[in-house]
Amino acid sequence: MNERRKDEGIVLTEEQKRRRRARSLAIALSLGALVLLFYIVTVVKLGPGILSRPL
Amino acid sequence: MSLISEGAGQRRLIEQGLIEPSLAGVGDYLALMKPRVMSLVVFTALVGLAIAPVHVHPVIGFTALLCIAVGAGASGALNMWYDADIDAKMTRTARRPIPAGRVLPGEALAFGLTLSVFAVVVLGLLVNLVAAGLLAFTIFFYAVVYTMWLKRSTPQNIVIGGAAGAFPPVIGWAAATGSISLEPCLLFLIIFFWTPPHFWALSLYRTEDYARAGIPMLPVVAGDAATRRQILLYTLVLVPLGLAPWALGYAGVLYGVTALVTGAIMLILAFQVRAERRPAERASRHLFAFSILYLFLLFAVLLAERGWGGLIGRVAA
Repeated sequence: MNERRKDEGIVLTEEQKRRRRARSLAIALSLGALVLLFYIVTVVKLGPGILSRPL
Repeated sequence: MSLISEGAGQRRLIEQGLIEPSLAGVGDYLALMKPRVMSLVVFTALVGLAIAPVHVHPVIGFTALLCIAVGAGASGALNMWYDADIDAKMTRTARRPIPAGRVLPGEALAFGLTLSVFAVVVLGLLVNLVAAGLLAFTIFFYAVVYTMWLKRSTPQNIVIGGAAGAFPPVIGWAAATGSISLEPCLLFLIIFFWTPPHFWALSLYRTEDYARAGIPMLPVVAGDAATRRQILLYTLVLVPLGLAPWALGYAGVLYGVTALVTGAIMLILAFQVRAERRPAERASRHLFAFSILYLFLLFAVLLAERGWGGLIGRVAA
């Protein structure tokens, strides 16, 4: 159960912290995968043209 | 109820010690996405995508399926958020993450809305706008039209709501071609007319569960005999529709034979359900189980025969 003190607000238990860490990691991995997906699809859609743009 | 007020309300309840801070694990969030429904959605969308008469780059195809899967998962999460009260009353759904107390309702709402936006925006940006528009409509249809409106108000809930489950092959086709034509509409109609016999067969032996939760499923409202009659009527429409892709020349002999044999079994089972009377439920269970195999076989054979420019033909050659 939670230990709560008025001056400290909501204090999480170790289990709650562990679950929150796992959720945060899953969000980070999902966002990383999304970035990678955008990168790969950009390369696929533009093809070799990605390198030949006017500077 | 807005997301902000829901979040603020939860924080207040936590501070007052009325609820605990979330103990939700990653697996609970995956459960919110209804993975079994999601797998059927991905499979039917794959068929729509693969039988389209255009070449789709594998990365674009994968992206489309990923977005459709995430969109389906988002609908599932929104459904579980809204239906948490009735899920808690039904044996089949009481152990879902919200009624079991593992996920807070506000978390499920935020999760569902976030995934919906991401799925539609990414599909629109990386694949095409027609597919993204259809996905957005499907999520809206399932979460708002079916879950919030029809499910609790009419015994026709799964008939009309079934459209949400029938859209994935159309979205898959649209992801490949950027348009819609008769072929994906046929697939839509097959799933649309498959849904009522499938769910009504289940509801025949879960009547008490639905009645306890106050959901006006057909057996609860119209009774056992009327439901069995409706199952037979829908199956009589479904079987010719299952044959239509072959009859119209969109599919080959293998599909035609599969649709004919499995359609005949569906009809036999539907007649057995019609003849059965409560408390017997054997025929209903058989029809429910076989209906899953029926839909899977139709789509799997179509995929093998027509997918990627005719997989079977190319392997044989």
